This record gives sequence, structure tokens and C-alpha cells, in this order.
Amino acid sequence: MDQIIVQILNGLDKGSAYALIALGLTLIFGTLGVVNFAHGALFMLGSFCAVIMSRILSASHTVIDETRTDFLGNPLKVDVPYVYDWFGEAAGQTIIDWAVPISILFAIPVMIGVGFIMERGLIKHFYKRPHADQILVTFGLAIVLQEVIKYFFGANPIQTPAPEAFTGSLDFGVWLGFDPLTIMYPYWRLVYFLFAALIIAAVFAFLQFTTFGMVVRAGMADRETVGILGIDIDKRFTLMFGIAAAVAGLAGVMYAPIVAPNYHMGMDFLVLSFVVVVVGGMGSLPGAVAAGFLLGILESFASMPWMVDKLPGINQIIIYLVAIIILLTRPRGLMGRKGVMED
Amino acid sequence: MLGLNKNDATLFLVVLALTMLAPFILNPFPEGSGMAQFNAGYPDLMQRFVIFGIFAIGFNILFGLTGYLSFGHAAFLGVGSYAAIWSLKLFTLDVIPAIIFAIILAGAFSLLVGFISLRRSGIYFSILTLAFAQMSYALAYSVLTPLTGGETGLQIKGTDTPLLSNVADGEIGRANLLGAEMSSGFDMAVGSWLFTFNLGYYIAAVAMLIAFYLSIRIFRSPFGMMLRAVKSNQQRMNYTGLSPKPYTLAAFVISGMYAGLAGGLMVAMDTQVGPERMFWTASGEVVIMTILGGAGTLLGPVLGAGFIKYFENIVSKINKDILHNWFAFLPDGFEDVMVSLVYPFVGKGWHLTLGILFMLVVIFLPGGLVEGGQRLIGLFRRKSKSSEAGKADGTEPAE
Repeated sequence: MDQIIVQILNGLDKGSAYALIALGLTLIFGTLGVVNFAHGALFMLGSFCAVIMSRILSASHTVIDETRTDFLGNPLKVDVPYVYDWFGEAAGQTIIDWAVPISILFAIPVMIGVGFIMERGLIKHFYKRPHADQILVTFGLAIVLQEVIKYFFGANPIQTPAPEAFTGSLDFGVWLGFDPLTIMYPYWRLVYFLFAALIIAAVFAFLQFTTFGMVVRAGMADRETVGILGIDIDKRFTLMFGIAAAVAGLAGVMYAPIVAPNYHMGMDFLVLSFVVVVVGGMGSLPGAVAAGFLLGILESFASMPWMVDKLPGINQIIIYLVAIIILLTRPRGLMGRKGVMED
Repeated sequence: MLGLNKNDATLFLVVLALTMLAPFILNPFPEGSGMAQFNAGYPDLMQRFVIFGIFAIGFNILFGLTGYLSFGHAAFLGVGSYAAIWSLKLFTLDVIPAIIFAIILAGAFSLLVGFISLRRSGIYFSILTLAFAQMSYALAYSVLTPLTGGETGLQIKGTDTPLLSNVADGEIGRANLLGAEMSSGFDMAVGSWLFTFNLGYYIAAVAMLIAFYLSIRIFRSPFGMMLRAVKSNQQRMNYTGLSPKPYTLAAFVISGMYAGLAGGLMVAMDTQVGPERMFWTASGEVVIMTILGGAGTLLGPVLGAGFIKYFENIVSKINKDILHNWFAFLPDGFEDVMVSLVYPFVGKGWHLTLGILFMLVVIFLPGGLVEGGQRLIGLFRRKSKSSEAGKADGTEPAE
């Protein structure tokens, strides 16, 4: 029993990342009808927002400390981050420590901006082109984005630690009446899961309870009629693209402490997220979220030792296997809408 | 000639001449000159040109004709490679059986994958092929280690004693064709130029010519017309009482066999395989090659393959010093500015150039480099015609 809970918990954080990326992909696909292969790159850009923010925050200037000397006897040069000067040392330290959560504030406008530029500058011209062209051009864009990041940040992963307060693990088992130390769950992963749940809830609430969201949903169902009613649906869809980019970006920001950001992390996630979208059903938002968590949890179950003993290699292929089975038996995916990309 | 019409025969002869004379054409700069590093006429790279040419020609038969975008073609290349290396290890060191095994096994595997994947089309087909390829990669990497060598891959070892070849104990066998080793060949020095002729390259080149010839025949055949019909309107095809499935499946298997041939040749040239050959980025690469060169055109995939491999091997070697040399004629400040402007796009950043180029091609030139070339020619033709009409005083036509 405790094993099962451990695996479910382990699957949750990966599943959250899948769900967030798949949600963004589905938003873009559902509104604009574009298959965005650059979505993984947006996730990666989000991660690097965290890297950039932590670099900005720890930007420092050199001060000569007269009271101490280095091993040669000269006065010691100390790097003092600017935030120490502005907020005092204790507060400055806290700010640097909390760089990743702070970069959420930085990432939202940046990612919405990136999404805007992408949609207006490139994707707009591809609405009428075949899906294959959309896949190809966004695939090209993904390569360009990751190479730009590689140029500025190098090819090696960059560690971006979570705030100190979240470094430990939560003894989750005790709450459920198991022995202590049986079910340990790192705090940051719990934070990530809660954060993902919050974002997903926010996106759904936005679509469900605001006038803007209502119009967008109407546009997803029947774009032409909404246009005839005198609503400039393109403008709203552009904003939705920005929001989708921000969702992917935020998923990336918060994932930075779990996996150190490197320039190709987006591609690794993209392939899996596409599988998730297809399993959930193209164009279905709840489907994308459900499939994300489902596949994340399935993956962690498949990597349990006794599972790997019985079916060696199952942990490597489970997601693809499930995708193939679902695609062949349920052509629309788990919750796909009728008439969306059925062929 | 050979059942080709005049245009195709000309095209084929041009390709034939280009591949046969490649050691000359790709080595335009004399040894030791500053431009010598742009020479692509060394065997290793020439082999890659033609082998990836085969791979892309095969991919083009599927994608260019039927419009089915497979993101998992590297799996067939990998299967072909593994089949070939086992043939070299166990059966004989001759490369012909190895290549035949590679084609057969890759064909069988693509039949299986195609049969399942082709039940869906569009993006679902892409995802299904991608899923199969990633599964093969993951399995080759982990569980199938006894068959694939896992992470380290397979190579011919001293302990291998192929059935039909006489290899002394402990001697590492080398791949050969009727006794002639792949790496054999001769160098020809003309003045300060050095041309290398290599048996392995010529075997691969002949294979590519056969593959190219077959692809012309397929493009021009009724079967090719059917594949085009699948691309342009499947519904209409259904209404006329034809099922697209057997045609697309045949195209899929043919392109899988092309990939197998490429994989087999790769092993014949360089007797080792690793699972990374099946990773999805490798599948992405052949997609880029085909699109860049021109999907649906005969010559496009070969051009695209050559272009990308040239970039990968030559342009990636340009470093800052070379750039400084190039821009040395500029005043000092300008030189540094130019170098820092150009540097991100060459050397290690060649992927960036490739990505930008790829995007530009997809956006503006759906027919790839081939269409670009045709447009240019068209432009010059029109210009020269108008200039001839305008002023008859014997100015050089722009052609």
C-alpha cells in the first residue's frame, strides 16, 4: 500500500509538468488550430527565466573589505550582491534564496510577450497552411530558440536551487498512519504539484467564469459565427496564445529546481507532451490535464522494481505503448471532442 | 533511356556524373590553401553525403508523394544497421549480404509499424511513428542489450568469427566487398590538389544511383500517381472505389527499405552501431533534409542531405581565428564587429543557421531549395529575354 502511494506521489510532479505543457498545447490547438512544436521550447524558455532571474538577483559588485585579508595579506575582495546594499544583508539573502518563486513574476510578462510575438510574427501566417507545415515551421522555431539559449547560456545544465525552506522532504506517511520515513516526498515537488493545480484551476476558471473566456470558448466551438457577431476573435486568440505560452513558461520556471535547465530540455518534454495531448484527445482541455497526470503516474508505476523485474524495459516505453493502444482503440483520445482533427 | 523520359534521363545523367566525379568536384581548393578546409572531398564525408541522400530519397517517397509526415524513420535506419552488423559479425564480412539483410529486416519492421500507424493520418500518424521510434530507441538502449549492445552499441571485435570469412583468431575483421576492403582506394595528386578515391564511397554512390533511379521510376509510375492522389484528395480516391491503404503501406515499406539500405551502408562503411542512431532527433534530421531540399521533388532530398551534412561537418569547423582571417581586410574595429556578428551563426552555432534557414524555406519556399533554384532560373530567363528584346546590342545575358 505505501509503495502505491509513493508511486502516485512520484508521478504527480512529472504528471503536473506534462499536464501544464499539454494544457498549453491544447489551448493553442483548440483556439488557433495550430500544432505547436515549439511549445517545449517555451517550457525551456520559462526555465531559463528562472536562471536569468537568479543571475539578476545575485548580480554583485566587488567591495574591498579592509578588516579581512586574503592569504597574500592584501585586503580581501568580497563580491556583494546589489540586493544586499538595497535591502540589507538578511533580506538580500532571502531574496536571492527565493529567486525561483520570484521569477514567476518576471516570467509571466516575458512569456506572454514571447507568445504575442510568436503568434503575430509567425504563426498568424500559418492558419491556412496544412498541419504538416505548421509542425515544420514551429519545429524550426524550436531549434532556433534552443540554439539562441545555447549561445547565451552554454550547453551545460545550470543548477537553480529551490528556496532553502523547501529543501527537505515531507514525511507524508505519518499523516496517513504509516510508519515514519516510509513515504517521503520532497517539499518542492509538493509545491510544484500545488502550483500546477493552481494554474490549471486558474486557466479553467478564466475560461469558464469570465466574459472573455466565454467568448474564447464560443470561438473554439464556432469561430465563424463569433466573427459574424462582430467580435474580433483573432485578437482574443492571440491573447490565448500568450496565456498558453505563459502556462508553459511557468511550468518551466517551477521545474528548474527539479531538473537543472539545459537548452534541450524542452524537446525532451515536447515529445512526451504531444503524446499526452493525443492520448487526452486533441482539443480537449480536461483531457489534456487528465492524461498528463495519468501518464505521469503510469510512468512512475512502471518504474517500480517488481514491475521492471516482470517486464524489463516497461518503464521506458509505457507512455508510448499506452499512446499507441489508445490511438488505435479510441481514435479521438480519452476525451476528444467530436469533429476535431478526426481523420 | 532505361525507361526514363528525356528530362529525367538528363537529370539522372547529371546526378550520375556528379556522384562519380564527386572526389574532384568536392575538392575545388588546393591542399594547404586557406580555403582547403572547405574541401568536402574526403571519403568519410562523401560517404555520408550519399548515404543520407539515400535515406532522404526514401523518406521523400513517403512524405513527398503521400504527404504522410513520419517522425520515426530513424528507427528503420537503426534496425537496418543492427541487421547489417550482425551479418558482418556472424555470417560473412562481405558487405553485400549485410546490406541485403539490412533492407529485408528494415522492410519487415516498417511493414509492422506501417500497418499499425497507417490506420490514422495527419498528426496522429506522426505521433504514432514517433512513438514507435522512441520505443525502439528505448528498448535498444535498455532491454535488448544482448541484441544491440545497449549504450555502447555494437562493433566488430577480435572474438567474432564470421561463418564464411577466414579471420584469424583475435584479428579484427574488416568489412569488404569480394575481398576488397571498404577503406581501400588511392590518392591522386594533380598539382597541389589531392583527390581521394575510395572504394566504400563508390559502393555507396552506386547504391544511391540505383536508389535514385528507382525513385524516378516510382515518381513516374501509375503507382506514384496513386500516391499523389492520396496526398491531394483521399476522399475522392475513396469515392472512385480505391482504397488508399495498400498504396500508402507500400510507400511506407519502400521508404523503410531505403532507410534500411542507408543503415546497412552506414555499417558497411564504419562498422559500428549505437542506439542514438534511432533517437527521434535523427528522424527529425531526415525531415529537415527533405524539406530543405524540396519535398516531392526528385533531386531535393539529395541536395538537402548534402547541404546539411556539409554544414554539419564543414561550417561547424569555422572558428573565430578563421573569421578574423576572412575579415582581415576590414579596419580593425569593423573586423571585430563583423566577427562577433557572424560568429554566432557558424562554428558551434551552425544549428542556429540551419534552424533559421529551415524556417525560411518552410515559410517562403514550400518547394525547398529546388523550387528556389527554379525560381532563380525563371527570373534570369525572364530578365535575359526582356533584355534581349529591349536592347539588341549584344549585352551579356545574366545567365
